[in-house]
Amino acid sequence: MTSADRQSAVQKRLLKRYRDEARFRAFGIAAIVFALAMLALLIGSIGSQAISAFTVNELTLRVELDAERVDPAGDRSPDSLRRGSYNGVLQDALRAEFPTVTEREDLRDLFGLYTPLVAARLLNQVADNPDLVGQTIDFTFPISDHADLYLKGQITGRESEVLAGGFTISRADGRATIISEAGVFAAVRDAVRADLDLRADAIEARAERYETRSEAAGDAARSEQSSQDAEAARQQAAALRALTRDDGGDLELTPQLPSRLVRIAGGFVSVDAISADGRSVSGRILVDGDADTAASAEVLTLSVPQADRRFSDAQIAWTEALQARGNVSEGFNTWLFTNADSREPELAGVLGAMIGTVLTIAVTMALAMPIGVFTAIYLEEFAPKNRLTDLIEVNINNLAAVPSIVFGLLGLAVFINTFGLPRSAPLVGGMVLALMTLPTIIISARAALKAVPPSIREAALGVGASKTQTVFHHVLPLSAPGILTGSIIGMAQAMGETAPLLMIGMVAFIADVPSLSLDGLTEPATVMPVQIFLWSDGAERAFEARTAAAIIVLLGLMITFNALAVFLRRRFETRW
Amino acid sequence: MNTNTQTHTVKSFGEELDRLSDDVARMGGLVETLVSDCLQAVMRRDGELADSVIERDRQVDQMERDIEKRVIRLFALRQPMATDLRMTIAAYRISHELERVGDLAKNIARRCRVLNESEPHEMTRSVERMGRLVISQMHEVLNAFSAGSLDDAHSAMKTDDEIDEIYNSLFRELLTYMMEDARTISPSTQMLFVAKNLERIGDHNTNIAEMVHYVLTGEDWRRDRSMSDPDRES
Amino acid sequence: MSTVYHDTKIENAKVELDNVGVTYGSKTAVSGVALRIPDRSVTAFIGPSGCGKSTVLRTINRMNDTIDIARVSGSVKIDGEEINSKSVDPVVLRARVGMVFQKPNPFPKSIYDNVAYGPRIHGLASGKAELDAIVETSLKKAGLWNEVADRLDQPGTSLSGGQQQRLVIARAIAVSPEVILMDEPCSALDPIATAKIEELIDELRENYCIIIVTHSMAQAARVSQMTAFFHLGDLVEYGPTEAIFTNPRDQRTQDYITGRFG
Repeated sequence: MTSADRQSAVQKRLLKRYRDEARFRAFGIAAIVFALAMLALLIGSIGSQAISAFTVNELTLRVELDAERVDPAGDRSPDSLRRGSYNGVLQDALRAEFPTVTEREDLRDLFGLYTPLVAARLLNQVADNPDLVGQTIDFTFPISDHADLYLKGQITGRESEVLAGGFTISRADGRATIISEAGVFAAVRDAVRADLDLRADAIEARAERYETRSEAAGDAARSEQSSQDAEAARQQAAALRALTRDDGGDLELTPQLPSRLVRIAGGFVSVDAISADGRSVSGRILVDGDADTAASAEVLTLSVPQADRRFSDAQIAWTEALQARGNVSEGFNTWLFTNADSREPELAGVLGAMIGTVLTIAVTMALAMPIGVFTAIYLEEFAPKNRLTDLIEVNINNLAAVPSIVFGLLGLAVFINTFGLPRSAPLVGGMVLALMTLPTIIISARAALKAVPPSIREAALGVGASKTQTVFHHVLPLSAPGILTGSIIGMAQAMGETAPLLMIGMVAFIADVPSLSLDGLTEPATVMPVQIFLWSDGAERAFEARTAAAIIVLLGLMITFNALAVFLRRRFETRW
Repeated sequence: MNTNTQTHTVKSFGEELDRLSDDVARMGGLVETLVSDCLQAVMRRDGELADSVIERDRQVDQMERDIEKRVIRLFALRQPMATDLRMTIAAYRISHELERVGDLAKNIARRCRVLNESEPHEMTRSVERMGRLVISQMHEVLNAFSAGSLDDAHSAMKTDDEIDEIYNSLFRELLTYMMEDARTISPSTQMLFVAKNLERIGDHNTNIAEMVHYVLTGEDWRRDRSMSDPDRES
Repeated sequence: MSTVYHDTKIENAKVELDNVGVTYGSKTAVSGVALRIPDRSVTAFIGPSGCGKSTVLRTINRMNDTIDIARVSGSVKIDGEEINSKSVDPVVLRARVGMVFQKPNPFPKSIYDNVAYGPRIHGLASGKAELDAIVETSLKKAGLWNEVADRLDQPGTSLSGGQQQRLVIARAIAVSPEVILMDEPCSALDPIATAKIEELIDELRENYCIIIVTHSMAQAARVSQMTAFFHLGDLVEYGPTEAIFTNPRDQRTQDYITGRFG
């Protein structure tokens, strides 16, 4: 091989080598970019869901604390104050806002704007300060979750159109007819017809699907069923189409159609009929207005029909009215951080779970860290190398791979059934998590101890330090950052663990905030991941956002925890 | 001379040592011919041969300088130890001894010219016999160095005593000649110088033999000789 | 084992080894080592890697105890006292027999604490002033005082390699040992730092019995008065350094010293 040949061969090979390297780097960068993108997606989707849970709409009412109602015994004693009817006081305050609402059913809807549980807050406020009795105070509380969601635009789409041109209103028997000489309601009429057409189209499409299914079905019974369904749908669609025909009569709005509310003269009317000529609309008065004529009217179109939502037109009208009167304000959701769990989403908070987590992790740390670290020290530094210690080592490594739920079962069997410790308690939770974390801590601590250069041990032994002195004066301080890192990773793992806690009853609904003290250890509590698990299952729509918010809080807790670990590590490292 | 059965781990070091020992052997060979040639010149009254001896002595001087350079280089770059150390030191000292022997051969060659101007001396035969002995001793010594033979070295050292005896008797004889016949004083003196130079060559040969002994045993011959029997087994 | 060339003229040996053998599990590292090491001198252990010289060194302060599978047989005496007997606590022994290792291994603590550590754990100083004095004299003896006097609170690891090794020597001296073992103390150092350590070893010779394991024959030749050559777990030759380096008796020593090892 001549030198030139060799040169070109090397050159060719070199190009391939560079290509390989470039490809490898590209793969690496791609992997990192992919991971970052996934992370951004995760954080983004959770964050965007969570963001609405971090704000809350609060309702402020002037509440008259009538002495007879809140203090039945009249002696301002806590006992008497506790027997007062605070819910009644709140109901009175709301009725005062909407005096025309008298029907029992309507009142139930109206009182649905808040959760009776907030009455307890009012009670506490009065009990703390009995002088308030007899006064009229501004009481602020979170509006009901549905109202909150409505105000955040999550219940229904809401379009507003202002119509001008002079209106007269005639009222009779709880109904109102609004007449526009200019026929401005024609636009509303056309929109309603379009809605009807859309609906009819949808139903016809469904009918077609039934038909194809009927043809495709193998057995006669099922085919018959489907063709009956198709026939019903066809008739339904035909009925809707009939409504859209301009036959000179009024166009009726059913609850299956998007609702139209007319805000006029300070009141709200929910439209249920529009005249064919577009000159008048009529409907139920939801909030009474204060005049018979008006220069303009606002038509609110709520895209989700009343039948498809749990927040009625009336409630929407009241909420809108309260907002217009300035009784509703949006602010940071402090309730989320000051309340424990609740059945009512607007009152549910993560404080209880956070404290539960802190207590549980404190127990875990107090048990797992010393036991784990000292086990690691003994095994690594003192234990003779023989079959028994080999066996122990293998078993510890295996334990690290045991599914965490098994530890939960162990906790249930041993701590609760045998030792009789309380269920749902952070003490037991912490003990179970400590068991689960121990192998991680032992393995990482052993690795950290092993990483200390033997020269340091020799140095200490060489000047006459005993084995124990060598370990505690030199080896342990040097391996502390590594041990700490391993322990924190174990703790973070424990903090995010749900399964073993399910087994020992920490999945219960706990509405009280556990006390952040030794007593709290045996009080029922739950932890953040379990709280997330519970909320994700919650029936109320408002829990969706809260679940995301709780995830964010948990992530924040973990980041704080890890930051603390990094900080401690740095400190130790500079010290040594 | 190679005293080690195994080759050196650093080959170039081993080669340098080998070359040094080769150079010393070659120098020894040259000096040996010088001695035998100068003796020949005296015996045959051959002026030209004497001149060539004087001429070739320069070559010997050059070789000594080369060996010295080589030795310095070895010390500076290789730091020889144990036998290598002794070998290097010995090479340095032997080359020095050989250079002295070369000078003495040159001296004898110079005497040849003066001797040629007078009648052939009657003592020439005796001087020649002494010369032959010195040459054979030298041969033995150089052999001892090349082959690493301790026996040869020791036998060469013993030969030196013989040479000394011959010299002493020659000295007395020459003295008698000079006292009997004043005319022979000049050639006899020259002859005496030749004999003296041969005796000095014998001493240098002995020194070389001692160095060979040192290389082979690591012990100083002179010190041991003063302390105990030189033939003791070590 | 064949004949060991021994210079038996040593009287009042500080350290005496007799028929010392060390096994690691089933592997014999050294066997049948007998040495009489003089006080106030430097003794060098030389030999090819794996010849057992470090193992022998570590029998003198019972560092082999720290290796689970190591078994030491035979007798090691310091001042005539058997150190392998049960009555001798290795911790106390190691205060009498200091050790310096191959790689400078100062504790990751301040220079002061490095030197003060030994006296502290042995309770050699009754007060701060006394401890300060010990630290100062130790650093002075190790020839490091002038370089570090104004920065005793800085970490020992911030020093240069040579300074670290002298700090380690100061740390060993601080517990007033009688014997100092050095296991290839200069193998990680540059020639100037090596020269400083060698000079230090030469000075320390006046007060201590120093035993040094080294791979550098030149170093053994420079610093030691006595040299022991080990080969394949045997002591091959032991004698005055000068004799070993000019005129070794054993062919193996000869081959090793001249660089002819096959």
